[in-house]
Amino acid sequence: MVKDTKPKLAVYKFSSCDGCQLSILDLEDELLALTGAVEIAFFLEARRKVQPGPYDIGLVEGSISTPEEAERIVQVRKECKYLVTIGACATSGGIQALKNWADVEEYKRIVYASPKYIQTLDTASPVAAYVLVDFELRGCPVNKYQLVEVITAFVAGRRPQIPTYPVCLECKREGNVCVMVTDGAPCLGPITQAGCGAICPSFGRSCYACFGPSESSAAEMLCNHCEKTGTDKPTIVRMLRSFNGYLEPFKQVGDEYERQTVKNH
Amino acid sequence: MKNRVLYTIDKRELDKLIGILVRDGFKVVGPTIRDGAITYEEIESTRQLPVGWTDEQEAGKYRLKRRDDDNLFGYVVGPHSLKKFLFPPKQRLFGIKKSGEDGFVFEARQPEPPRYAFLGVRACDLAAVDVQDRVFKQAMSDPYYAKARNEAIFIAVNCPEPGGTCFCASMGTGPRCSTGFDIALTELKTTFTAEVGSTRGQELIEALEHETTDANTSHLVDLMMDIASEHMGRSLDTNDLPSILLENLQHHHWSDVAKRCMSCANCTFACPTCFCSNIEDQTDLTGEHAERWRTWGSCFTLEFSYHTGGYSRSSPAARYRQWLTHKLASWHEQFGVSGCVGCGRCITWCPVGIDITKEATVIADDYRQSRSRQESASLEEVGS
Repeated sequence: MVKDTKPKLAVYKFSSCDGCQLSILDLEDELLALTGAVEIAFFLEARRKVQPGPYDIGLVEGSISTPEEAERIVQVRKECKYLVTIGACATSGGIQALKNWADVEEYKRIVYASPKYIQTLDTASPVAAYVLVDFELRGCPVNKYQLVEVITAFVAGRRPQIPTYPVCLECKREGNVCVMVTDGAPCLGPITQAGCGAICPSFGRSCYACFGPSESSAAEMLCNHCEKTGTDKPTIVRMLRSFNGYLEPFKQVGDEYERQTVKNH
Repeated sequence: MKNRVLYTIDKRELDKLIGILVRDGFKVVGPTIRDGAITYEEIESTRQLPVGWTDEQEAGKYRLKRRDDDNLFGYVVGPHSLKKFLFPPKQRLFGIKKSGEDGFVFEARQPEPPRYAFLGVRACDLAAVDVQDRVFKQAMSDPYYAKARNEAIFIAVNCPEPGGTCFCASMGTGPRCSTGFDIALTELKTTFTAEVGSTRGQELIEALEHETTDANTSHLVDLMMDIASEHMGRSLDTNDLPSILLENLQHHHWSDVAKRCMSCANCTFACPTCFCSNIEDQTDLTGEHAERWRTWGSCFTLEFSYHTGGYSRSSPAARYRQWLTHKLASWHEQFGVSGCVGCGRCITWCPVGIDITKEATVIADDYRQSRSRQESASLEEVGS
């Protein structure tokens, strides 16, 4: 490939912890191949030098949580040929979407000495709620091999091979013993998209749904089962409302369980 | 009844047997405790067996319990089967590398399988290998499977105490090993009886301290197996089952199951006969190198039925129906045998405890009852 025709990559940050951007810097073994395949044209966390747009591929980390971000994402969309969201925040609103169920004005009063300086939206939203997104890569944080696969697929002009089936498939390919069956543990693996390599169940812990709902995610069936086997309703609400609680069907099922909790009190 | 010649060996001879197998270059795989269950792993001594342990199994539930004896094989099958050794969950089939302007070269192909000696495997496990033979050796030709399977030694164990989800007696595969083993052991108090199933098995027995089992003990083993057959945790009436299931593809019960089924695919991976896989070609960032991988696949995923125009099984009900009717019905037509060996793994390891014997029985009983009602109604008509 001739050097000056390399596709230009841009990496943007919105409301986030930077963990997904760090996953790019964590590529270590693949970093040279990455810089060989694409021109890193805009990536403030990695280099000060900025090349002007437009860019061929834009990776967006973070949710849209402020009025300024709601405007900036429109600009970002305009300067990128392909827009890929990376991570739970950009794809579901992330952990900060928990404010979507809370009174934001009250939070501002409690947390900040001068709330009047805080410009924030009432909701933290996924990027796709504002602009068209070409591909959404899940995970809190993203899996670096999946990230490489998305960029590789873009460079090669093919579809990324990112499975949408549940974590259980990865988990059992690893030879893990099911924690739901041996411990009765409420594990979110059956309703969560694969991609992490089943890290938590590989260490005997339940899945926390960092990768959000899987294809035809059976959140209702799993929660009904967990309730029958001893998990209380408030715990079920908290299980669903973590990194990806604002994505369906987690949101709907979580809301329903919350309604039932409130009714019982 | 088959006239079986049994040998009696002291339990302590088992370590000698393992030693011989290791010396001869076999990787000995046997049951051992891992993460709260009895799984099949590489072992080197009987000390690694779950001595004095048993398993309590129910739909969606598995617990290890202490026994009041020191039996070496006082449990049934766990989450793993021989499938993970003969048909590994993730396999690199080959790699290719760019060479020159337009050419490419093949890199290392599949690795050679180890020579396995499977110790402590059960009648249902042996039956499952026979089912997979029909897929990987007859219907297609999988060199890795064929080599691993043909070179493997099977030191099986009969099951005098079936588990809570076992129904091998219904499927005609157990609890006594009838074929496919080199040696089949039955555990008694201080000894094993050993039935020989091959010349390799005979050679191994000859290398151990052994004597011919007396008629009384031999009779005792027969009795133990007869009693075991009658104490299965589950049962399934297989009479006309394939045709009944295929005639009831629109039965409302498929949707009832789908209200519980999460399409998580655990049943298909725990099943010792499910053989589906995904083939995936991977390229790297340099564009110089590509690999083809095969991984376990499942008919419970959407991608499984993806084709131009969409998914042919988009509803979980359709996916469960596909799995169950393939396993219990159309498998017969395809491979000349049931796809179910009655091991009960799909029942125990379903996180929400969906039970293949119960679900199939609901549909079959409904059909059998309505047919007998029709028959008696038509008899009344004839009578009147």
